[in-house]
Amino acid sequence: MSTAKPKVAFYWCASCGGCEEAIVDLAEDILKVTAAVDIVFWPVALDFKKSDVEAMEDGSIAVSFINGAVRLSEQEEMVKLLRRKSGLVVAFGSCSHLGGIPGLGNFWNKETIFNYAYHKSPSTENPDRTVPLEETTLEDGKVLTLPKFYDTVYALHQVIDVDYYLPGCAPPKHLIMNAVMAILEGKLPPKGSVLSPNKSLCDDCDRNDSKPEKLAITEVKRPWEVEMDNETCFLAQGIICMGPATRTGCDERCIKGNMPCRGCFGPTDQVYDQGTKFLAAFASILDTDDEAEIDKIVDTIHDPAGTFYRFSLPSSILRRKRLETVK
Amino acid sequence: MSQRITIDPITRLEGHGKIEIFLDDNGDVDRAILQIPELRGFEQFAVGRPAEEMPRITPRICGVCPTAHHMASTKACDAVWHVTPPPAGRMIRELIYNAFQFEDHTLHFFFLGGPDFVVGPTAPKAERNILGVLGKVGLEIGGEVIKARRLARDMINHLGGKIIHPVCGLPGGVSKGLDEEHRVEFLEQAKGLVEFAQFALKIFDDVVLKNKEYVDIVVGPAYQLVTNYMGTVTDDNKVDFYDGDVRVVDTEGKEFARFKPADYLDHIAEHVEPWSYIKFPFLKKIGWKGFTEGKDTSIYRVAPLARLNASDGMRTPLAQEHYEKMYATLGGKPSHHTLAFHWARLIEALQATEHMVDLLSNKDICDPNIRTIPTATPDEGVGIVEAPRGTLIHHYKTDKNGIIEDANLIVATIHNAPAINMSIEKAAKTFIKGGKVDDGLLNLAEMGFRPYDPCHACGTHCLPGDMPLEINIYDRDGDLVKQLKR
Amino acid sequence: MGNGSFEPKLVGFLCNWCSYTGADLAGTARMTYAPNMRIIRVMCSGRVDPQFVLKAFKEGADGVLISGCHPGDCHYKEGNYKALRRHKLLSKMLDQFGIERDRFRLEWVSAAEGAKFQQVCDEFTEQMRALGPLNLNGGINEHSEA
Repeated sequence: MSTAKPKVAFYWCASCGGCEEAIVDLAEDILKVTAAVDIVFWPVALDFKKSDVEAMEDGSIAVSFINGAVRLSEQEEMVKLLRRKSGLVVAFGSCSHLGGIPGLGNFWNKETIFNYAYHKSPSTENPDRTVPLEETTLEDGKVLTLPKFYDTVYALHQVIDVDYYLPGCAPPKHLIMNAVMAILEGKLPPKGSVLSPNKSLCDDCDRNDSKPEKLAITEVKRPWEVEMDNETCFLAQGIICMGPATRTGCDERCIKGNMPCRGCFGPTDQVYDQGTKFLAAFASILDTDDEAEIDKIVDTIHDPAGTFYRFSLPSSILRRKRLETVK
Repeated sequence: MSQRITIDPITRLEGHGKIEIFLDDNGDVDRAILQIPELRGFEQFAVGRPAEEMPRITPRICGVCPTAHHMASTKACDAVWHVTPPPAGRMIRELIYNAFQFEDHTLHFFFLGGPDFVVGPTAPKAERNILGVLGKVGLEIGGEVIKARRLARDMINHLGGKIIHPVCGLPGGVSKGLDEEHRVEFLEQAKGLVEFAQFALKIFDDVVLKNKEYVDIVVGPAYQLVTNYMGTVTDDNKVDFYDGDVRVVDTEGKEFARFKPADYLDHIAEHVEPWSYIKFPFLKKIGWKGFTEGKDTSIYRVAPLARLNASDGMRTPLAQEHYEKMYATLGGKPSHHTLAFHWARLIEALQATEHMVDLLSNKDICDPNIRTIPTATPDEGVGIVEAPRGTLIHHYKTDKNGIIEDANLIVATIHNAPAINMSIEKAAKTFIKGGKVDDGLLNLAEMGFRPYDPCHACGTHCLPGDMPLEINIYDRDGDLVKQLKR
Repeated sequence: MGNGSFEPKLVGFLCNWCSYTGADLAGTARMTYAPNMRIIRVMCSGRVDPQFVLKAFKEGADGVLISGCHPGDCHYKEGNYKALRRHKLLSKMLDQFGIERDRFRLEWVSAAEGAKFQQVCDEFTEQMRALGPLNLNGGINEHSEA
């Protein structure tokens, strides 16, 4: 009776929906995929629910693709459920792979985020100092609930065991197709692999040839300050570009839009912590040995943590700002 | 004394939400509440970031309308640095923005809200989706829809770097210019899109307007809500998505307020309830009066129908014809018929394509001067665009180095939050009576929110997390009486 | 447990040619100094990858020291200048993580400067004792907050 079509599930945690759009953008190719698999769970498009997943046998879902970071109690419950029911779990997109943009919330905590949203924001009128509560009882006795909001944002592997990572914000079409085909054909690399080539962006970038023999930055420039040349390596122009510390595979979409890379693919296998590795490389190519000069240049790099860890803060070594220092 | 129905999650929209419906002893609807259970905190973690990076950070509020955030953020940066883009820079932004408006509206009509009409509101749920739509209108048309969206999205890809989270916006302009070869190619494609947009309106005409049952639903009381309306308009009060003054008209269509982006705080305030992470905007000069409709309400709506209500017309000719036809059919301006949002959405899509043709027909768009480099010291600025789902406001305050000290975002869908709540409650009260609840009736209740094309990822500047839908009906003792699965 | 009985854990990355030899000198000369510093020998201060510094904090260090040859004396010519630049930028970034700048220190200690090494160890230890434990993971669980 079993047709042996592998069962596949898609789920989104704290995500913007861009990864779902990336799947829709497969356009015609999506038919190749749907012909070969049996989609048993995909909240944005189909109406299966949590209890359907609970009723499945453990391990009976061949692959679950999970996107989004984890920051609510509901999301944690759901990914743990899917882990039990799945043979493989693929972290899909920067948020589940590294923490993503929502990971920038790790410079703050629940209290500061709520405080701004519900009190400090200039357009908010809240004289009674109301805040959203996990449980509210209305005047007539009705009870309404909301899920718990965590202080910290987590990448997927920090909550469940992950088999593969599909990088990018959002992952590009060719990588998605390659990954899906590899899974269907059983031609997967070792567990824990990131499903994109293990080299840095610079290797594939069109502008690589324009890099001088030795990069030496005397002045750091921000994208708003200058007209950026659209053929020269950004670093050679003094503009911070995360290319050296970022894995390749994205087809350099941002570079082709004449904007520098911000590292959404995460690092290569050899690098433990993307942000710090980039910091090391960038500091190395600053062209001065004079302490006062160095101070001047460092003063123009305004947001090292938020720039070097733009997508990867939760999965970095330090993970977040010290909670006791958040105010 | 009461039964309770939970719809969780609501479907065919972007984002997360649950609806709680409380029945009284007679089984009629006593109250219906829409809760948005998520929040991310973009306003807080913007602090400390260089302002020029915000156009690359804020699109991650929503992967369906990233271009709206990108553009509002870029305009806020223009304001922060007191700089204006040169003509070609502005034209490229307008081109990207109209292409986006078109493809997003098209997505909604065919994939999200449209199925309610095309297959029918109480059709079996298995058919109430894009596949059902294709079944009704034909597979070939489905191919046209996918192709039209792809063309528009590829255009944005080329100019903006990426379609999901574009990158090209900079204070004073854009990062990449348009060459003559692509201008000519895109112009041809844009002309095709104008035809497609008219064709979509024809489908609406054939399927909805020629069906008396649907027209009755559209103009009927269940989906009517009397509110004020807000939208962005040009100097002569025509609808514009990219730029203009923000105009508010009252429940009778009279101009109530007209302001520049920098003055939004004088007119818009947000109210907080403990049972939802989303906030509820209202007209500040009237004050919060609760979830009420009618002449004295302070609730206003945004997005397609609201924009058309708040304007004196469309800025392009073919769209203008449809605008006139719509109001003639609906019985005048302003129209309070919520389901007409779907119609107004298609008219806006048409304007977007016509505007694209205008921009691409002008060779000035290929001028290499696409940026004005800022020279002023950055301090504070507001950028407003009309996102597909409504007026989108980005407000940044920076230090003298342009590092964000404060960010306030009022995101399109949120303006409609009070109205969505009321629309759902009204629809639920109309259709759910005597304790009779089934899937079709519940969908009629959900049709209360779909016309707004809500984006709850945006509304809570948060990430939606979607869960399966389950409806549990409990009796007064809290025992499970009935369970509906969707 | 008050600060009085808190023993800071310090990690020191010492370059082989100058600083490690200087520390060795302090030892052979029987200078007494605070025992809190765990020493790791590297060939050059420029070898110290900032990832090591973060890892040290992550694994429980309250303070981290990098010590190398004086500017101009680096055995590999420029390694110590790299260390200097990295130290400046990393200190700024650690600020954003709520890690006080005093916890991450850069010193130049030559092979002859046993006394200087003794002084640095004692000073650093007392400074960290006064500052208190880093407590990096306080308040967050390794795996979510459920």
